[in-house]
Amino acid sequence: MKKNLRPLLPIALFAGLIVFFIIGLQKDPSRIDSPLIGKPAPAFALEALDNPAVQVGSGDLAGRPWLLNVWATWCGGCRQEHTTLLEIAREGRVPMMGLNWRDDRSLALQWLVKLGNPYVSVAYDPEGRTAIDWGVYGAPETFLIGADGKVLHKQIGIMTAEIWRRDFLPLLAAQGGGP
Amino acid sequence: MIRPAWIVAGMLLADSAHGIDPERLEDPDLQQRYEHLAHQLRCLVCQNETIADSNATLAADLRREVRELLIAGKTDADIRSFLTERYGDFVLYLPPVTPRTWLLWAAPALLLLGGAAVAATIVRRRMRTASADPAALEEEPENL
Repeated sequence: MKKNLRPLLPIALFAGLIVFFIIGLQKDPSRIDSPLIGKPAPAFALEALDNPAVQVGSGDLAGRPWLLNVWATWCGGCRQEHTTLLEIAREGRVPMMGLNWRDDRSLALQWLVKLGNPYVSVAYDPEGRTAIDWGVYGAPETFLIGADGKVLHKQIGIMTAEIWRRDFLPLLAAQGGGP
Repeated sequence: MIRPAWIVAGMLLADSAHGIDPERLEDPDLQQRYEHLAHQLRCLVCQNETIADSNATLAADLRREVRELLIAGKTDADIRSFLTERYGDFVLYLPPVTPRTWLLWAAPALLLLGGAAVAATIVRRRMRTASADPAALEEEPENL
């Protein structure tokens, strides 16, 4: 290196560090990539929220793409995304199963009566065991499972119409578009 | 006046009575492994706490899971991989050395070597300057 460039070296190193921090600090540390993507969806069979005698399981919707939405009545974000979920259900492109996570059965049922029910069925997971198998750490979370039973995508946090269009619809189209 | 020995004793007691987790395993060996594991696993809700320190519901669920796996006779490695299969390497406070993390692990050694190289260069240059012209040492070196 030429001598007259030497004083610039610390400045260049500092600038590099700044760029490194700008990139690093803009990442959201609460979004953790799921190791489940591309792997078979974890199997479960739980009581149905509306009827303990009926089982709801991961096999119910096998053979076609489906959604699993993790929600609870104590979860504020779930309330916020509920309208979007109802719209997705109305579109009817893909069936959505609910996983009611660590919740109270009667409160959860009241919620669905009051706000509307976007789910074809809801599995009741009061102890959070199935949630652990799915790597759930913060509701709401929404998984897209392909026709081959593999997890295609995971949305952590509130579902919006924009996220649905941007992240989910292209993956669904690649699955054959649905009905 | 309180003797320092009492303060140390108090600190030790406070540490062994970490209050969040009321659950105890009957087998003391399992309990020891349980505490060790719980202090190495991250609570994903409150990310700068281990599941041993956190009173988040998820941390309690994960502690229950770890206890049940221990009782079922799983090894520590089994339990760690059970959790990383679900939550990824981020759940471990000590991430494994992988192509993504080798730089993280190697950084302290690399920085130390880099610093040693710079120091060695400077020392050698000054020695050369000093042997050629002892008076040069009196002046500020031109550059570092």
